[in-house]
Amino acid sequence: MTAVAEVMDYDEVLERFDPVLGLEVHVELNTNTKMFCGCANVFGGEPNTHVCPVCLGMPGALPAVNGKAVESAMRIGLALNCEIAEWCRFARKNYFYPDMPKNFQTSQYDEPIAFNGYLDVELDDGSIFRVDIERAHMEEDTGKSLHVGGATGRIHGADYSLLDYNRAGVPLIEIVTKPLVGTGARAPEVARAYVAALRDLLRGLDVSDVRMDQGSLRCDANVSLMAKDATEFGTRTETKNVNSLRSVERAVRYEMTRHAAVLVGGGKIKQETRHFDESTATTRAGRTKETAEDYRYFPEPDLVPIAPSREWVAELKAGLPQPPWVRRKRLQEEWGLSDAELRDLVNADALDLVAATVDAGAKSDDARSWWVSYLSQQAKTLNKELAELPITPAQVARVSALVADGSLTNKLARAVVDGVLAGEGEPDAVVEARGLKVVSDDSALTAAVDEALAAQPDVAEKIRSGKVAAAGAIVGAVMKATKGSADAKRVRELIIERCS
Amino acid sequence: MSELIRLSAADLADKIHKREVSAVEATQAHLDRIAEVDGAVHAFLHVNTEGALAAAAKVDEQIAVGEVASPLAGVPLALKDVMTTIDAPTTVGSKILENWLPPYDATVTERLRAAGIVILGKTNMDEFAMGSSTENSAYGPTHNPWDLERIPGGSGGGSSASLAAFEAPLAIGTDTGGSIRQPGAVTGTVGVKPTYGTVSRYGLVAFSSSLDQAGPCARTVLDAALLHEVIAGYDPMDSTSINQPVRPVVEAARQGATGDLKGVKVGVVREFRGEGYQQGVIDCFDAAVQQLRDLGAEVVEVSCPHFKYALGAYYLIAPSEASSNLARFDAMRYGLRVDNGALGELSAEQVMSLTREAGFGPEVKRRIILGTYALSAGYYDAYYGSAQKVRTLISRDFTSAFEQVDVLVAPTTPTTAFKIGERIDDPLAMYLNDLCTIPSNLAGNAALSVPSGLAAEDGLPAGLQVMAPALADERMYRVAAAYEVARDAAQGGPLINRVPELEAISR
Ligand SMILES: [Zn+2]
Repeated sequence: MTAVAEVMDYDEVLERFDPVLGLEVHVELNTNTKMFCGCANVFGGEPNTHVCPVCLGMPGALPAVNGKAVESAMRIGLALNCEIAEWCRFARKNYFYPDMPKNFQTSQYDEPIAFNGYLDVELDDGSIFRVDIERAHMEEDTGKSLHVGGATGRIHGADYSLLDYNRAGVPLIEIVTKPLVGTGARAPEVARAYVAALRDLLRGLDVSDVRMDQGSLRCDANVSLMAKDATEFGTRTETKNVNSLRSVERAVRYEMTRHAAVLVGGGKIKQETRHFDESTATTRAGRTKETAEDYRYFPEPDLVPIAPSREWVAELKAGLPQPPWVRRKRLQEEWGLSDAELRDLVNADALDLVAATVDAGAKSDDARSWWVSYLSQQAKTLNKELAELPITPAQVARVSALVADGSLTNKLARAVVDGVLAGEGEPDAVVEARGLKVVSDDSALTAAVDEALAAQPDVAEKIRSGKVAAAGAIVGAVMKATKGSADAKRVRELIIERCS
Repeated sequence: MSELIRLSAADLADKIHKREVSAVEATQAHLDRIAEVDGAVHAFLHVNTEGALAAAAKVDEQIAVGEVASPLAGVPLALKDVMTTIDAPTTVGSKILENWLPPYDATVTERLRAAGIVILGKTNMDEFAMGSSTENSAYGPTHNPWDLERIPGGSGGGSSASLAAFEAPLAIGTDTGGSIRQPGAVTGTVGVKPTYGTVSRYGLVAFSSSLDQAGPCARTVLDAALLHEVIAGYDPMDSTSINQPVRPVVEAARQGATGDLKGVKVGVVREFRGEGYQQGVIDCFDAAVQQLRDLGAEVVEVSCPHFKYALGAYYLIAPSEASSNLARFDAMRYGLRVDNGALGELSAEQVMSLTREAGFGPEVKRRIILGTYALSAGYYDAYYGSAQKVRTLISRDFTSAFEQVDVLVAPTTPTTAFKIGERIDDPLAMYLNDLCTIPSNLAGNAALSVPSGLAAEDGLPAGLQVMAPALADERMYRVAAAYEVARDAAQGGPLINRVPELEAISR
């Protein structure tokens, strides 16, 4: 085990240094088929069942470009305000690795399909930070290695390794930022906010599942420090295995404090790949190589250049959905939210989920309340991202509808949601199985209503004189008496009935 | 010897389709011939007796109900061992793929089967098509039927030798720097490299992707044209495949055979003669040019000044691409795995190294090292980059030449077949074999070799190379077919009939 590295207090880091960030995000596209063959592009599956001669790199097999992937790449580029190349090629990146079938990755090198863009990122305080995009290019994913035996699933010390090529050849878009300077203390926040904004953007484009936990969105964070009086960037490290938004923030912050301690201690930062450890929120050095890898890039001779017509580019551009921030403004107006309410929604990563729930028929206030309060709490308890909860917007909308029509009280509705989260099936099935029906025996309710009216004769009198709004106090009393199992709507109806 | 094996593919097909002879009989005759002479020639690495007879029987069944899959249905063929076949091992002449049974058929293989062509087996070749003599095969050299002590050319020596030995009337080759045309020339057979992109490379085990092109081999120009039309055509599985109709090469061959080349302008490439060219080869070439004139063609001299750089550019581009294409042979998924009995103790990298060390022959290693170097950081521009520029210049030479003439002609190779072992230790001398053929690979245009007689000093065949612009393959077929008729008339019968009898040797 390597010793725990020295770190410097974060505030002190910022007194002495300016951080420089570079973020490389890999996005797996959600095309039906892989980048260069007809195999299904699906997550999981029995190992080596979504493979063919092409993605296994069999002798003689040749790639053929997935047109849908090219279209997705261009839409991503356009959404990131990039220029789209008039002519570009694939290149081969040559290196040996057992989970890479051809021992070269078909990628793009000096001729990316999209370049020179930017993404405006909203930070927690509502200010905007512009992230300049260097390029977005197409490439193929590798297979997966599973190292068996030895320690912690690492290749070193493993007894043997298993290879699964289902992921080999899955279309990837790599989005690379220019070096981000001027973030200061907010570097970790900017990194997180950028990845979150990118994720929203990609989700809006419907080009990827953008699931960090499943690896369909992966972020490599490059971090370096510049002394306050320096004119050149410091040596950077590249941290991989950053699998959640929170980890992006923590990884950047940790590397800043580690770099500073090394530099102040008179040491040098080694340009290397580091791995983020979720449990300790620290990074450790990857396998160091004796010599720098020479990938011997050259244009892929098995593929012809791609020259998207300007008409196609214009068509794709015109067909882009509203950017998330424009859409946010629209939804804010539609749903009548204050700026603070909107920000809560965005910070909770609930905007898309609420929108989808509204689309599925729920009222926006109801949908918002579910996702921002109850479901957010559940996500926190389960240590999951909100979107990863095993409940769909449609299911939330159904629960909401059952509350609206009086079939469920709020309390019972939460029990139904718990059932869905526990994998007990659709809301209606949970209601059935758990027997979560609202008490609808009017005789019992009527008695409770009469009792409450008798207890508050002055209120009863108001209601009788037509001030229906006063019924609220009686409803509250009845709900209290029935321990929340009564249908509030029905209670109100009964109160008015008894007072007329 | 059965007379069936001496027939042209066109004539044999005619007999089969008229039910004068069955496809099974025709196939059996060739299998018998292989059994008889291949011990001496070693054209085949694998003979698929059962598969061939079954395919032939199927053709006979179809013909019996009036279905003829193609003009060549029922005719046997020898397939270069670089094309994947689901029912026969595909070794590419290398130990690293010994006994590898591919899980899929190459597009060319599929088209041959769909046309009812009977695949007899897989032919010998230089390992990974790297070579000009078939001596680089990991399974031993093929012998030239004209003189068994001599090389049959390469890399497709097995395919061409099988034609000259009457083991098959048709064969498939692949041409990266001359691997169809040069073996054709030195075995007295016809070899065609179609325009790059007109025959699918899907299932062709890659040597150099931007240069590799499969094509037909036969004993006559018409047979080659018939086979050309079977295998050519757009294939979505090969992105470099050209989506255009197949050129009318059969029609052109038939037109050429009428013996009239009036109105055709032929350019003689000035740069392809001089030092290093065997006198007998030059004499055959000059005689051929005179015959083209006699057929009515207008002959002019044309200069292609950059052709002299072709060999150097080729030996940077081809090894560069090869170094990457051959990286996949890592002992992980298929082919040879060498672990020295210590698999549990070795890393994947160590097993890969041991396997590549044992599985690749010296020429393959030489080119992998050369290509790896040429693509390295700091050397890329000087080597790979410059070679690509030369490639552009050579294409321009062709473009300006074809503005003046319809086809270009040159000797196919500077010399006739040399002795086995003679140049094996001298790679540079070996590389000179492909001096005249390489420019068309770099430019991607069409080119073929047709026998042009026997060199006076050694009695061995020489080849006339005819080159046509990209996607104008029919022009070279017309010229070659016209020349073939005139040549046979002048020499009193087909050249191929002068191949020595092999029976005595093998007995
Ligand atoms: Zn596949």
